[in-house]
Amino acid sequence: MFKYLKQLTSMVAVFAVLFAFTTETMAAKKSKTLKNTQKKGFVRCGVSQGLPGFSNADASGNWTGVDVDVCRAVAAAVLGDANKVKFTPLSAKERFTALTSGEIDILSRNTTWTLSRDADIGLTFVGINFYDGQGFMVRKDSGITSTSQFKNGISACTNIGTTTELNMRDFFNSKGISYTPVAFEKADEVVAAYDAGRCDTYTTDKSGLAAQRTKMANPDDHIVLPETISKEPLGPVVRQGDAVWEDIVRWSLNTMIEAEEYGITSSNADSMKTSKNPQIKRLVGAEGEMGAAFGLDNEWNLRIIKQVGNYGESYKRNIADTGILPDRGPNQLWTKGGLLYVPPSR
Amino acid sequence: MKTKKILPQLLTLLFIVLIFGFFTMNAQENMDTRGIEFGFSFLKQEASFDIQFSLIDYDGSMSYARAYLVGLLNTLLVSFIGIILCTILGALVGIARLSPNYLIRKTATFYIEFFRNIPLLLQIFFWYFAALRALPMPEDAPLLLGSSFLTIKGLYTPAPVWNNLDIFMITLIIALILIFFFNKYAKKKQEEDGTQYPKFFISLAIFVLLPATTFLIGGVDLSFSFPVLKQLALTAFTFEGGMGIPPELIALTLALTLYTATFIAENVRAGIQGIGKGQKEAAASIGLTPSQVLKLVIMPQALRIIIPPTTNQYLNLTKNSSLAAAIAYPDLVLVFAGTAMMQTGRAIEIVAITMATYLTISLAISALMNWYNKRIAIQEK
Repeated sequence: MFKYLKQLTSMVAVFAVLFAFTTETMAAKKSKTLKNTQKKGFVRCGVSQGLPGFSNADASGNWTGVDVDVCRAVAAAVLGDANKVKFTPLSAKERFTALTSGEIDILSRNTTWTLSRDADIGLTFVGINFYDGQGFMVRKDSGITSTSQFKNGISACTNIGTTTELNMRDFFNSKGISYTPVAFEKADEVVAAYDAGRCDTYTTDKSGLAAQRTKMANPDDHIVLPETISKEPLGPVVRQGDAVWEDIVRWSLNTMIEAEEYGITSSNADSMKTSKNPQIKRLVGAEGEMGAAFGLDNEWNLRIIKQVGNYGESYKRNIADTGILPDRGPNQLWTKGGLLYVPPSR
Repeated sequence: MKTKKILPQLLTLLFIVLIFGFFTMNAQENMDTRGIEFGFSFLKQEASFDIQFSLIDYDGSMSYARAYLVGLLNTLLVSFIGIILCTILGALVGIARLSPNYLIRKTATFYIEFFRNIPLLLQIFFWYFAALRALPMPEDAPLLLGSSFLTIKGLYTPAPVWNNLDIFMITLIIALILIFFFNKYAKKKQEEDGTQYPKFFISLAIFVLLPATTFLIGGVDLSFSFPVLKQLALTAFTFEGGMGIPPELIALTLALTLYTATFIAENVRAGIQGIGKGQKEAAASIGLTPSQVLKLVIMPQALRIIIPPTTNQYLNLTKNSSLAAAIAYPDLVLVFAGTAMMQTGRAIEIVAITMATYLTISLAISALMNWYNKRIAIQEK
């Protein structure tokens, strides 16, 4: 009897060791970033230095915005608490270096997805959380209502280190207009200089123009021209070389968008567990093993929806209700005539 | 005995090499896993961004190497102007600090204490944004000196339009060479038989008259293009033609000059006060005039005290000019370590080039100042 007991315990021990070994290697194999994040207890997220609606800190240091919500969603999925995020404000110039050097793990900072950024500098874009385009802002009393009224000698304030600088050149060159670019490192200085009258126009992504307009001395003195001169698909970015982490961020964003598609909100998510629609059940962790592939439990997506809300809730809270861009435009679900179309969670 | 001397140095060297090697390998490995390649071939690619202000011909269809050159020249420009202005202002304020006049002395002291104790970046922002707010829009700008306009969009002055500029420049160089030899001759003559020429006036005459003759016989011609107000829209105006100096350059030069001049002023004061009273009295007792005392006795000795710390200030000014990025002056940091780095993603290469560039500029200024310092040092015969 004693002999068997001993054998049994050793067998258990062997299994325990084996099991421990497998879970350890699974987590380790899964993702170094995930492991580090779980060890630290917070998600390290790079955001802007203050862009209302996207990532903006209030007086007490609470960050809000649609870009912020992507990081909060990842924290909810990975750590179980959407508030476990450490935000690092970055200038356009610093952002990619901060990500590739490992100072942050997600860059969610109204960043345009382009070929050269995706392919060349060690970054991977995981999706699009805002469809934007570059536009121009002018003073209302200038009488300019269209970019076709721009004349030789116009000066344009903008940020350095953005696609804006390149688009601006393409635009003015194609129109044959000579212009003076005045490029600043930080957005606040761009706004201050334009507001003071240094430039005739201020150009950046239209969402940025709408958001920065709220910061001006007299927002009503300025208008955003109707023309859009570029495609600016903005989305979160991760480092190249950690496929699992990349998937976690991608599907955290996708979950928010798909949840809106199926009408799952932060308030009704729990009750959706008993839904008859298997697609809805998968999105709230009531069917399938949707988290296992990432090394996460099954309710990771439910937590995202409950704690952060679906994309529509995030948009309403951050961008529509704050008066920045009440009209969702292309950032509407594909079922409602917009561009938001994500692969299915299954 | 010898090994005892060499061994610690060898170990230190080995340690440094190992650390350097470790960092290189580490960077290499990290770059490999993230799929980043190292190389300088990006310098030949098209930059495809425009720059506000350039001393050389540039547009976005040129290469990153050309953009680098634009940034470098802009850095050198603001450093050069800054060094000259802060030297003049510093010398004046330094002398004013020792003035017997109470008001002048206290004003100089107040200026020094005020400007050297406020962070430079704040001063740059102050001059930029305060000046921007204070300056008039182009359409309201008053005429300055009959032909210039100082507006929120910059200072617009007449631009010289040259014909046969090369002939003029060659004559100018010939004039400088002539002045150099004339001064040498005048010095020799004075040492031989005591003849004194009015060196300054003759030099000035050569410098002015010789190039001036090219206007008469060399086919050199100078005219000016004047800035003209142009309406862009109902309330938007700008100036066309002439030469436009961006407000960013003006604000940056102003801030760098006012800040650095305070330190130079203190160096000048220290230099003058470092010369014993007896020197001045002895010089006066052998019959030198007060201006000769200053020129021949006090300044040569004071300069020896002033030059080395002033060299540091020149280096500081040059390095501080990199704060330009904050106010959109397209210097090396903004253009190359800013936009170019962002567009290419070549952080390591670009930061390395930028560091090497600043190092080279600093070493060059140092070398020049050391050469000058040696020249004015006591020469034992």
